[in-house]
Amino acid sequence: MKTDDLVALLSTNVEPVDRNAVVRTLSVAIAGATVAALGIAFAGLGFRPDSTTTRALIYLAIKLAFAIGVVGLAMIYLMRLARPGGERMISPLFVAAPFLAVVVLAAISLWSAPPAHWGRMIVGDDWLECLLSIPIIAIVPFAVSIWAVRKAAPTNLVRAGAFAGLVAGGVSAMSYALHCTDDSLPFIALWYGGTIVLCTLAGAALGPRLLRW
Amino acid sequence: MTNLEIELKALMLASLDGNSASHRVLLDQLSRRLRAYYKAKLGAVGRGVAEAEDLVQEAIFAIHLKRHTYDPKEPLTPWIHAIARYKLIDFLRRNHASRAEVPIDEADEVMAHDDSADAESTHDARRLVERLPKGMQCAIEAVKLDGLSVAEAARRCGLSESGVKVNIHRGIKALAALVARDTRT
Repeated sequence: MKTDDLVALLSTNVEPVDRNAVVRTLSVAIAGATVAALGIAFAGLGFRPDSTTTRALIYLAIKLAFAIGVVGLAMIYLMRLARPGGERMISPLFVAAPFLAVVVLAAISLWSAPPAHWGRMIVGDDWLECLLSIPIIAIVPFAVSIWAVRKAAPTNLVRAGAFAGLVAGGVSAMSYALHCTDDSLPFIALWYGGTIVLCTLAGAALGPRLLRW
Repeated sequence: MTNLEIELKALMLASLDGNSASHRVLLDQLSRRLRAYYKAKLGAVGRGVAEAEDLVQEAIFAIHLKRHTYDPKEPLTPWIHAIARYKLIDFLRRNHASRAEVPIDEADEVMAHDDSADAESTHDARRLVERLPKGMQCAIEAVKLDGLSVAEAARRCGLSESGVKVNIHRGIKALAALVARDTRT
């Protein structure tokens, strides 16, 4: 086939293209993924029983603020990474901000508490449930965000996969927070932060295989 | 910004609005640049330039199919370069070359030279189209090869108008996949 023939083939009756397709597809996908994750967490684990106390609401708000911060920042990057050459335009370090913030808060809260309480603050009641739930709930949001990124054209597949994993981990943490009754900053930093990082690493490992086009 | 960037970006914006003539000029211009780029790159890693034309066509398919990912707020050259380079690395990896073989390059390189020596790739358009499922085959032949309107194609293929559009889009994607699968040495 001559390249001229291919060009002629591709440029007969060209359809107009929606210039906002990338942003819209990703936004709709992540919104859908959030609803799905909330549904899964609610059906599988239920809402935390003490949700009327002030302390519970404050910690729920902290967990949600952290998770929403992660998802929001990661989305900005993912929208860029979904386009060819997008990885060149930004350094991905800003996305560490919510993690740094929560680690600093955790350190302050440990520093101001007696060392005898540290173990309980870090391990909580249900670290294992948190460690398992966030990655498991993240599977559906991850699949949805990979689907959305595949509709676009990432050219750095490791990084695009990592950010798809980060978004999925954040969305999952958001929904798990509605159930989780472990209310301490070190717990959030270690188990929420840690599992979200785990999702990010999994995404980076799977990206090249799942996102190739 | 170079004149070429300004000229090609204007063509790109028109083609995003559905202007077939601009799309054709754009793809033609880009294929000449890509040819020079791939010949140089494949030559530099000790590979034959014979594969360059296959890569040009893969990149042209990609540019066509992924044109919705171009952000009009950004210059066009880096977008083209990212696709061209991605397809180059993908090609070398498919052919068991190590990534280390791909030299680092600047975005401008992809537009640097013009090579209009239109060569044949190893693919045969009509034969490739024949390997597609019936609906896609009919829609592409009618609209893209025979130049019928979407409405006429719908009548010929027994599809709805939106069915024709969907089949053309899927068919071109399938063609690109066939070309990529064939491009192995």
